[in-house]
Amino acid sequence: MYAYDEMDRTLVNERVSEFRDQVKRRLSGELTEDEFKMLRLMNGVYLQLHAYMLRVAIPYGTLSAPQLRKMAHVARKYDRGYGHFTTRQNIQFNWIKLSDLPDALEDLASVGIHAMQTSGNCVRNVTTDQWAGVAPGEVEDPRIWAELLRQYSTMHPEFTYLPRKFKIAITASDHDRAAIKVHDIGLRILNNEAGETGFEVLVGGGLGRTPFIGKVIKPFVHGRDILSYVESILRVYNQYGRRDNIYKARIKILVHELGIEKFAAEVEEEWQVTRESALQLDDEVVADIRARFRYPGYEALSDTPDELTAASADPQFTRWLKNSVAAHQQKGYAIVTLSLKPIGGPPGDATAEQMDAIADLAEKYSFGEIRVGHEQNLALPNVAKRDLPALWRQLDKLGLATPNVNLITDIIACPGLDYCSLANARAIPIAQELTRRFANHDLADMIGRLHINISGCINACGHHHVGHIGILGVEKNGEEFYQITIGGRADEGAVVGTLIGPAVPYDDVANVIEDIVESYLALRARPDELFVQTVERLGVEPFKERVYATR
Amino acid sequence: MPLVKKGAIAADAYLHVGDDAEIPVDGAALIPAARFLANAEALAKRNGPTGVIWPNNRDLDDLVPYLDGLSVVALVFPTFRDGRAYSQARLLRERYGYKGELRATGQVLRDQFVLMLRAGFDSFEVKKQADAEAFAATVKRYTVFYQPTGDGRITALHRRMQARHCANAG
Ligand code: HEM
Ligand code: SF4
Repeated sequence: MYAYDEMDRTLVNERVSEFRDQVKRRLSGELTEDEFKMLRLMNGVYLQLHAYMLRVAIPYGTLSAPQLRKMAHVARKYDRGYGHFTTRQNIQFNWIKLSDLPDALEDLASVGIHAMQTSGNCVRNVTTDQWAGVAPGEVEDPRIWAELLRQYSTMHPEFTYLPRKFKIAITASDHDRAAIKVHDIGLRILNNEAGETGFEVLVGGGLGRTPFIGKVIKPFVHGRDILSYVESILRVYNQYGRRDNIYKARIKILVHELGIEKFAAEVEEEWQVTRESALQLDDEVVADIRARFRYPGYEALSDTPDELTAASADPQFTRWLKNSVAAHQQKGYAIVTLSLKPIGGPPGDATAEQMDAIADLAEKYSFGEIRVGHEQNLALPNVAKRDLPALWRQLDKLGLATPNVNLITDIIACPGLDYCSLANARAIPIAQELTRRFANHDLADMIGRLHINISGCINACGHHHVGHIGILGVEKNGEEFYQITIGGRADEGAVVGTLIGPAVPYDDVANVIEDIVESYLALRARPDELFVQTVERLGVEPFKERVYATR
Repeated sequence: MPLVKKGAIAADAYLHVGDDAEIPVDGAALIPAARFLANAEALAKRNGPTGVIWPNNRDLDDLVPYLDGLSVVALVFPTFRDGRAYSQARLLRERYGYKGELRATGQVLRDQFVLMLRAGFDSFEVKKQADAEAFAATVKRYTVFYQPTGDGRITALHRRMQARHCANAG
């Protein structure tokens, strides 16, 4: 965990006091809605279908127990008793009154949590691998660099009014859990031949109306130069990014229109002038940030404790163990994913009671730390293996031990028509119906890793393009229809899925997905060939035939 | 629009010359970019300070050769959402060493003063009178800054390092 110091705290408090003043000026009519809009967005406040929504940042997905408890408090005091974890390492509260917002933000500030730049045309919350610092095989903890970038981009005097929002993601693992290829800038930490830390830099990825996979702009940028390199990209984008059409304003369009070589040359020219500037990081500054990350005092523990052996007689426990528990860097420890995808529930929701209970469990079993992943699940990153049976029993009581992580019912879905003013169709009820259809764990287990992603409109908040199966809500003559894509993925092999044919009506979506899954089971070469691999091998045709033959 | 200069509301000494009006030979004048570039040589001989209004989509390279002779560069925020002039301001100050008055014009609200100051602006044509009056209070709102810019403020990163050095020395 990164420990805020007096300066970090002061800045967040100053921001809250500024926002309090802005809300006051809005309520008195001194600020027009148009003026206020850009100010509230930069503090994470949207005006949704029914109410104001507050989006709170969870920098690099790491939370402390007191921070999570404070979120529970906000959910209870200012909202309807729950919060919604999103794909952007954020939590959203859907029902907050405008006049309560400054108080809610002040409460969050007391534990070092803020909503700065969770919306608006600025550098958004920098995201990273939810297993950062604990997953085996990492080059180093990417959160140190995420924190440096967080500080660098917070209230940046030049880049707070960019042509469009700007998203940066970092990974330090070969297996990319941060979806860096679908971000405006994707950073992959690696060591060069001299053993120095640096970044492979990708640019121009993104979803939405025109999905693109990011392209490598530079194979290695030394760690000390990363801020100046990012600044150079941002400056070129700020000057040349389109502002005439919001659908064409993202950096992916600029990169596409110029071509990556030309864009890279522009950035290089800019960077040659800025790299020797005050943005250059020295080892001491980086060490200073690194020193402010507190790591758990791990014990020397057995990898096969008696408690675990004893509990293995229970098939329910072993199912969960296999599905939700992952390997850790430290012997005797494990990473536990808490599924926020109960059968029949809205993906990503957690009640205030659950949040409080998770905070307690984190203190008891995970050195007080909780993680938020882009699949809308939570994780306890530091659980001693001997505690797994006890933890499982408690999670099960809370409804947080559904053994479906990465399986077909671990669905990502945006709020869609239930909350979002931009939606064309419902997303949450589709997810709920699908979890009911595939509720049988043995079946889900047999199907294996399969990601279904659902968006209620082309903005792609549910990442449908990169779902193994993507479901996109569209509207036709006032009715909800859904386009189905297959074969997308968001990891190191990221690709955009392929449309299988005409959109299908709401009532038919679950049937279509069942048809696709049945075709896959019949077509796969081996039981361990994943759905995406089968699609890669055979293309969409056989799936298309099956789905449309009878429709 | 009220003008804030050196931290206080001030009268605007500059005549804003339109696209068609005659450019006066004496006195302070603020001239649109295209007219300025077309008449640069003649304008250099004027009696009185000359400023230019530079649009946010025009390459600064065209302006740089004339910076020494200019007393004001006015950059434009056509809407508060369009932030190109922040980049132009920093480049003028930090890369091209422009020392004269750098003026923010257009949709300027109190909520942007801090960013604009940090980017290098030192005068502001403010949209609302109340915002202009609130200038002094507004710019004191923030005391912590994370990134280095040409305004010379020490960043949080460096303040921490200094604190540590002092602690170690003491
Ligand atoms: C409820 C109100 C919401 C609104 C009004 C909203 C609005 C938008 C809009 C307009 C875009 C498109 C931007 C673009 O790429 O050009 C977008 C993208 C996105 N939103 Fe949301 N969103 C909402 C909720 C959510 C939620 C709940 C999540 C997470 C579950 C989310 C995650 C994302 C992501 C990841 C993208 C990026 C797609 C990309 O990479 O281009 N949003 N959102
Ligand atoms: S994808 Fe569309 S419907 Fe879903 S949250 Fe985003 S903007 Fe709303």
